Amino acid sequence: MTTKGILGKKVGMTQVFTEAGELIPVTVIDTTPNVVLQLKTVENDGYSSVQLGFDDKRQVLSNKPEQGHVAKANTNPKRFIHEIRNVELGDVKVGDTIAADIFEAGEIVDVTGTTKGHGFQGVIKKDGQRRGPMAHGSRYHRRPGSLGAVINRVFPGKKLPGRMGNKTVTIQHLEIVKADTENNVLLVKGNVPGAKKSYLVVKSTVKNTK
Amino acid sequence: MNLLIDKITKDQLRSDIPEFRAGDTVRVHAKVVEGDHERIQLFEGVVIKRHGSGISATYTVRKISNGVGVERTFPLHSPRVAKIEVIRHGRVRRAKLYYLRALHGKAARIKEDRRKAFK
Repeated sequence: MTTKGILGKKVGMTQVFTEAGELIPVTVIDTTPNVVLQLKTVENDGYSSVQLGFDDKRQVLSNKPEQGHVAKANTNPKRFIHEIRNVELGDVKVGDTIAADIFEAGEIVDVTGTTKGHGFQGVIKKDGQRRGPMAHGSRYHRRPGSLGAVINRVFPGKKLPGRMGNKTVTIQHLEIVKADTENNVLLVKGNVPGAKKSYLVVKSTVKNTK
Repeated sequence: MNLLIDKITKDQLRSDIPEFRAGDTVRVHAKVVEGDHERIQLFEGVVIKRHGSGISATYTVRKISNGVGVERTFPLHSPRVAKIEVIRHGRVRRAKLYYLRALHGKAARIKEDRRKAFK
């Protein structure tokens, strides 16, 4: 199985009818041509990867090292730069563009993104714990419960209130419904992490496919 | 909605859908697959709601079948619907006619609205 990868931006969700007339929910991922910024090889860097850049930004928002880096690929500074390891994209050179057409309908991918931030939340919203009774003088409503045995410390991993979301999450095994080369978008079945306009990495799945 | 999403789904939208609103009586020619052959099943009733926009738009039709109220929600642009016939325009003052669920018989009637001539 060949590993392929591309960077994109979540556009939003919609629905698509299949041939049989079934509605399937899809996420639209904008993959405006990615530019190959650097090729890393085992001899040179100790591992092989392709560094892709996505989404142009203004020259004024970049610094000199950035400008020098993208100048090698003869392109504009990028907002989202990501390496994809052990990737097989055929014969690519620095400066080449990679578009949605590397994928085909029916292929299975993993999508990585940053989830929506929810701020500081309690254990009920954050960890899905249940609350205590609100009435009958219970005085125990939304607290995290016992902190465990009295050993002058709290066990690592104890669920306590804290920041929720804004984490890197990979959703595995999503099917590509359509690779639209005309609009340069991928339609992936189901949902992907993050808010609209957030950046995503789409890679061939690591799970075994039939 | 997002322009790009509109563009992607545009070619799946149907152009042969008649104009109808909540309160109208419609006859939906739904395609039913039985084993390996397909037939058309009619579902006739009052549209009690229209929901959503673009490719995700749906409408719900309510009818009384053997004394039992039956509601079916169809995707507006579904290729599984052969045809939608508008039989009668109704005059209603709500966009969602959920109040019909509590009514039956004479009380559940809807006044006809002579909005325009049928084509």
